[in-house]
Amino acid sequence: MPDYSWPPMDQRRVIGKPTKRRDGLEKSTGRAKYSSDLKPPGMLFGALLASPHAHARITSIDTSEAEHMEGVTAVHVMTGAGKEVQWEGAEIATVAAVSEELANDAVRKIKVQYEVLPHLVHEDDLAKAGNRAKAAGEQVTGDPDKAFQEADAVSEGTYGIPVITHCCLESHGNIVQFAGDHVNLWPSTQYVSGIGGDLGKSLEVPAANVHVEMQYIGGGFGSKFAADSWGVEAALLSKASGGKPVKMFLDRATELKIAGNRPSAFANIKVAAKKDGTITAWQSISWATGGMGGGGMPPIPYVFTEIPNKRLNHTAVAVNAGGARAWRAPNHPQASFLTCSALEDLAAKLRMDPVELFSKNLSYTAREATYKAQLQKAAEMMEWQKRWHPRGEGHGPVKQGLGLGINTWGGGGHASQCRTTINPDGSVVLEIGTQDLGTGTRTVIAIVAAETLGLPLGAITLRIGDSDYPPDGASGGSTTVGGVSPSTLKSTTNARAKLFAAVAPALGTTPDQLTAVDGRIQVKGDPSKSLPWQDACRKLGTTKISEMGENNPRNPGGLMSSGVGGVGMADVSVDTETGIVKMNKFVAVQDCGLIINPKLAESQIHGAVIMSTCAALFQERIMDEQSGKYLNADMEFDKLAGIADIGEIVVHLDITPENDKRGVIGLGEPPVIGVVAAIGNAVANAIGVRVPRVPLTADRVLAALDGGRA
Amino acid sequence: MSSKNDSEVPGKPKRGVSRRGFIRGAGIGSGVLGAGILDKKALAAPAAEGRAVGPGAVPITLKINGKPQTLNLEPRVTLLDALRNHLELTGAKRVCDRATCGACTVILNGKSVYSCTVLAIDAQGKDIQTIEGISSGKPHPVSEAFVNNDGQQCGYCTPGFVMAAKAFLDHNPNPTYEEVKEGLCGNLCRCGTYVGVRQAVLEAAKEMKGGNHA
Repeated sequence: MPDYSWPPMDQRRVIGKPTKRRDGLEKSTGRAKYSSDLKPPGMLFGALLASPHAHARITSIDTSEAEHMEGVTAVHVMTGAGKEVQWEGAEIATVAAVSEELANDAVRKIKVQYEVLPHLVHEDDLAKAGNRAKAAGEQVTGDPDKAFQEADAVSEGTYGIPVITHCCLESHGNIVQFAGDHVNLWPSTQYVSGIGGDLGKSLEVPAANVHVEMQYIGGGFGSKFAADSWGVEAALLSKASGGKPVKMFLDRATELKIAGNRPSAFANIKVAAKKDGTITAWQSISWATGGMGGGGMPPIPYVFTEIPNKRLNHTAVAVNAGGARAWRAPNHPQASFLTCSALEDLAAKLRMDPVELFSKNLSYTAREATYKAQLQKAAEMMEWQKRWHPRGEGHGPVKQGLGLGINTWGGGGHASQCRTTINPDGSVVLEIGTQDLGTGTRTVIAIVAAETLGLPLGAITLRIGDSDYPPDGASGGSTTVGGVSPSTLKSTTNARAKLFAAVAPALGTTPDQLTAVDGRIQVKGDPSKSLPWQDACRKLGTTKISEMGENNPRNPGGLMSSGVGGVGMADVSVDTETGIVKMNKFVAVQDCGLIINPKLAESQIHGAVIMSTCAALFQERIMDEQSGKYLNADMEFDKLAGIADIGEIVVHLDITPENDKRGVIGLGEPPVIGVVAAIGNAVANAIGVRVPRVPLTADRVLAALDGGRA
Repeated sequence: MSSKNDSEVPGKPKRGVSRRGFIRGAGIGSGVLGAGILDKKALAAPAAEGRAVGPGAVPITLKINGKPQTLNLEPRVTLLDALRNHLELTGAKRVCDRATCGACTVILNGKSVYSCTVLAIDAQGKDIQTIEGISSGKPHPVSEAFVNNDGQQCGYCTPGFVMAAKAFLDHNPNPTYEEVKEGLCGNLCRCGTYVGVRQAVLEAAKEMKGGNHA
C-alpha cells in the first residue's frame, strides 16, 4: 500500500503557503455562473403563493383564473382546502409561466379564503407560552443546592439571543427539468452528491435518473442541504409544462420566512463560586424556539462542562414561525453567549478580571492547556493587561470596554472520494462531487494535488459540482476540508504510483526510487536522472491512469482529525448618550490542525467574526404579536453589518508542529462561536451594566443604562 | 465622500414599502411617476413626452457597455431583470430586490446605481456599464485586487462590490481607508469579506493611478 501521509512541514512546496482563491477571478469578473444565473433552453419561471397568516385554515382555493391566463403553463396547489398553515410564508400554491412577471401576476390571481386561527409568535416570556411550552425534564449533577448555600458569591442573570436568519445572498431555489423519467437539477445546495437522491425520492424517480450540477453557490451557512419544497414544486411544474425547465427561487421575504433560521436561546443562570473565583455550581432555566418544532437546548454550561454541581432545566417553545435549520455551528454561539455572559457577570461580582476567572476554571474544560495558552495569546494581542479596567470605569460619554468569548468545535472530515486521471499527453484531471461554498474548497483540492504530483497549480484541471463525479459528503459541520484533502492526497498518490511504475524502466530504476517534483519525475537524490512530466506521461502509451482515493471518517489514517478550541476578545466603544456600540477591534486566536492554505483559512476567520458581529449588534427577527407577521423580512430592517461597521480584526492561527500532526481539521465554524459573547461582555465592561439581550441596539443599551427601564 | 448618498440612489425605500413596489402598484402612470421619483435629471423618452406606455411590452433600447440593444419589454421590467432575464448579463445579482444590498450595482452615466430599482425604460439614453463590460478583455484592476486580497468568499455580492468600487475610485482616485469604508457602505456581504474588500479597494486605487481603464 502506498504511504499516505502529509509531507513534513519543512518540505511542503504548496501546502501551507498563502495561495489565492482558485476561482477568484471568475467571481470578481461576474463570469461565475450560479444556478440562479442559468437559463437552459425553454426555461419557464416559477412563483410561489405564500400564506399571509401565521396560523390559518384554508377554507377554499380557486386557481381557475390563474390557470386560464395566457402564458401560464401550470398551476399546482400544495396546501388545499381544509388544510392548515402554521406560519406566515408557508407554501400554498405554485405557478409556472413564460415570464417572471407573468408568473407573479398569476400567483396574485389565485383566490384563497382563510379561517384565521390563534397564533403564538413570541417566546421571550416563558410565562406566556402556555401549552406551547414543552419542558425537557431536569438534569442534576452533584449537589447544586448545597453548593449554592456554601458559596462565597452567587451571580444571577437573565440573558437572551433571538432568532436570526441565514440570509444567504443567493436565495434558496433551483432550476429543475423533469422530462419523462429523468430529472435535471440545478440547485443552490451544500450537498451536490446527495440532493439528487433526496429529490428523486420525493418524485419517485430513481436517483440514477437525477442529474445534479452546481458550479457556484451564493451562501448556505447550514440552510441548504435538502431538495426542499421548491425543488419538488419546480419538478412538478416542469412535468406539467411538457418537461421544460422551471426556475424557482424564493423572493427575499419568503426566503427569510421559510428557508431556515437559527433558534433563539434565553436563560436565567445562577453561578456559585469561591472567593478566589473557583466555580462551584451552575443552575440554568433555559428556553428556546426553532419554530413549530420548538428549540433544542444549547450545550450549557458551554466548554466549562465539568462544573461539579449543576441543575439544568430546558423548555422548548413552539411558535408559529418558519422552522430552524442548522446555522454555522448549530447551538454553539447561543451556548457560548449564555455561558460567557454569566461567567463575566460572576467575575464582575467578584471584582475579578474575567481572563483570570476563565483561566482559574479551565480544569472544567476538555482542553485546559489549549485554552490557557490561547487566553494568554489573545490577551497579549489585545494588550488586555494594560487596557482592561473594572466594569464601568472610564471618563466621558464614550466608554471603552473589553470582553471575551470562547469556542469549541469538531471539524472532522466527511466521507469523500476523488478520482485522478493522468493522460498520456500529461494533462491531469481531478473529479470530486463536492461543492465550494466560498470556503476555498477548489483551492484546497488543487493545492493538495499540485503538492503530490509536483506540478504547478495551473496544471491541474479540477471538476467539482456534478453528481456524476465520485461522491463527497455534505458541506456542513466544517467537514469539507478534512474530507477532500485526504481523498485528494490518496487519489493523487495512487495515480502517481502508477506513473512511477510506467516511468521507472526508462530511468533505469524501480518505482520506489522515484519522486515527482518541480514538474519532473526524477530519481530520489539524483536530479540528473529525470524526465519532464510530459515526457514521463508519454510512457503511458495510449492508456491513461485513473485512480481513486477515499477519505474514511472512521479510519482517517492520521490525515485528518477533529476537535478544536478558540478564544476571541472584543474591544468596543459605547456612546452612553446615544446607546450606539462600535466594534473597534477583535482578536481571534484559533486552534487548528494542518492548514492547507493560510490565506483562505484567515478569510474564514474574518468572515466568522464579521458574521457574528452582525448577530451581536444588528440582526434579529422581529415578529408582530397582533398579526403574527415577520415584520422585518427584508434586508433593510433585518440588518447586516456594513463595511463601515467592522473594526480591525486580528487573527492568530495556532500553526505549530504539534497541531500539524493532528492532520486537517475544518475551521469554518469555530471562530463564529464566541464573538457575540465577547462583544456582549465588552459592552458590559464598558458601561458597567449588563445589556441582557442581544443584538445590542441603541435602545437596549440605553434601557440597561437606565436601570432596565425601557 | 459617498458614491451613493441617498439623493443619488434611486428609490431608496422607506418604512418597509419599496418605491418600486409602489410604482408597480401605480400601474400605467408609472413611467411618468417613476421618472419623477427615480431620477430628477434624466427622464425616459416615452414618459417625458407625456404618452402613457404599457402595460404591454414596448420596444426599449438600452446602451449597454457601449452597444445599443433593443428589447421588447413591459415598462415595469427593471433594469436588473432586463439584464438578467433578457440579455443573460448575470453578473449583477438579485439579492434584496429593494435597493438595500448593492449586489445589483451597475454604473449609469458614471454613477453607481441599484439596478433592481431602476426601470429599464428609464435607463434608455444612458450609458449602462455592467461587470461584463469592464471584464471583456484584461480583468479590471479592481477585479484583480479582489482576488489578491481575498475580498470575496461565495462571491455573490462581489460583482456589485466591484462595480461600486470602480465608480467610487473613478470619482475618488486616491481615497483614504476611512473614505473607502464610507464609499462602499451601500453594499452588503454575508460571508464577511469586508477586511479583504477594504484592502482590495486601496490596492486597486494604487494600481489604477495613471492607468487607462474602462
